Amino acid sequence: MINIKGVSKQFRRVRVLNNIDLDINHGDRIALVGSNGAGKTTLIRCLLGEYNFQGSITVDGLAPGKNRTEVLKRIGFVPQLSPPLKMPVAQLIKFASGVCDSSPEKMLAICSQLGLDVSQVKTRPFNKLSGGQKQKLLISIALGRDTDLLVLDEPAANLDPEARHRFFQLLADRQHAAMIISSHRLDEVAALVNRVVEMDQGVVVLNDHVADQIDIGSVLDCRLTLNRADSAFAETIREWGFADSKNGLVWQGEVAGPDRLRFLGVLSRYAALIKGIQLDENNKAGETDVSARIA
Amino acid sequence: MKHLLLAAKTDISESLRSRWFMIYTLVFGGIIVALFMSGLTESRVMGFSGLSRLLVTYLQITMAILPVFVLITTVRSVAGDREAGVFEYMLSLPVSLFAWFWGKMLGRFVVVFLPVFLAMFAAVFWGLGREVQIPWPQVFYYTGFLLSLAWCFLGIGMLVSTLARTSDVATGIAFIIWLLLLLFMDLILLGLLIRQGLPSETVIAFALFNPMQVFRTAAMMLFDPQLVLLGQSAYVILDNFGKTGYIIWALLYPIGLGTVCAWAGYHIFKRGDLP
Repeated sequence: MINIKGVSKQFRRVRVLNNIDLDINHGDRIALVGSNGAGKTTLIRCLLGEYNFQGSITVDGLAPGKNRTEVLKRIGFVPQLSPPLKMPVAQLIKFASGVCDSSPEKMLAICSQLGLDVSQVKTRPFNKLSGGQKQKLLISIALGRDTDLLVLDEPAANLDPEARHRFFQLLADRQHAAMIISSHRLDEVAALVNRVVEMDQGVVVLNDHVADQIDIGSVLDCRLTLNRADSAFAETIREWGFADSKNGLVWQGEVAGPDRLRFLGVLSRYAALIKGIQLDENNKAGETDVSARIA
Repeated sequence: MKHLLLAAKTDISESLRSRWFMIYTLVFGGIIVALFMSGLTESRVMGFSGLSRLLVTYLQITMAILPVFVLITTVRSVAGDREAGVFEYMLSLPVSLFAWFWGKMLGRFVVVFLPVFLAMFAAVFWGLGREVQIPWPQVFYYTGFLLSLAWCFLGIGMLVSTLARTSDVATGIAFIIWLLLLLFMDLILLGLLIRQGLPSETVIAFALFNPMQVFRTAAMMLFDPQLVLLGQSAYVILDNFGKTGYIIWALLYPIGLGTVCAWAGYHIFKRGDLP
């Protein structure tokens, strides 16, 4: 689908990309990882036809620079940093749906699924929204149209656990599309991908397929038992949508499958408080498979 | 076409919400109000009276203010968006660069031309209400000149905007361009050049290719065929050009210059790195 061949990019004397070769096929979900300055964003911008470069990039035979609209119609993009747009939310949706030949209703439906009520913010300038609201809107614009490649730069960074879970479910519905998910850290996106491309100083240092047994749309039922009630823990776990079922000593809730590593990372901060963790994969037939139990 | 109109509409909405537009509209609306309040229409100086005199004065003031306003607000357009990081996202959407650039230009043109045009027509409507004789041919010529001048400086502004990497540099360049054009007008440098015995062809060339001078001369020519109010260069131009020829030149040359500049800007924009 995407063929990247010998791509190099130089800014003045600094070589940011150095002879990159990469093939991306339909259904590939790639974690594009690497530290700051590795060249991830530059590679994405080359793919979006925003930079001139040496070498060639084609999407089903079309070069993004020369066939901008044809190629970009097929790519949904969510940037890491939200653009400082002053236009009202409704206008942004109208503009985006207009140029993408999509319908605003489709984008609004995704907004609603992610928990963003556009009717409340439609007249507000985009740059006045909170970080999470901006992210939800940009995701809705990217997913609210027919694309076969999603380029997501730290897409879930500003989302609350509930919105992350819904976002993962939306991605699960798009398994046919190729995805490039850029992140500084592999553990943030590991559960979403089936391939890892690591970049360092403008070159690809790792290009490997990984086991993708985790269902992106899966949900884990979780029960936590504590030694003692703790207000800081309560505040944190409520953000994950958990409910207290015994005076702050027992908490129950759901965790999105791809978020399990991140969730355990949060729990590790309260390790001394935790007496027991029960994580059960909740399959859609209503049966519960025990996947992890620590007590 | 749909994308071009969407880009134009977006730019118009963006401009209507901005502070510069409010100031811009207030300035031109304020000029007209101030001219009415100063009793200009009641006075008679050098044969000008009523609405004709008001329009002459309005046009002279516009000539000085419009270019600098248009330049400074336009140059921040492309350079400012690039600097702020708007391009990375907006140009990842499937909008053609042609539609984006020319849509911006079109939208900006509507925004800069309308307040000036409406202020002038407010004066005309006032005149109609007071049953003052309206100099219609002049009103139409002036509309044409304003359109031509606005397009010209918009084109120059878009070129500067694509050349400069930051909006501060773009603003600096815009200001220098305006200052240079202002200096090379008949009242200042051209008069000096003639006095120092420069060949008349050189002086004519300076005056013919300076859009501000072209606008000024043409505007005055409609009311002052003897060019009493103009500097020496205008005499030379008239001798060589003729009245009709000069008015046609004054309408077409700035539009051509603006279009060439904008076209060059578009090609630079298209060929360079976008964000």
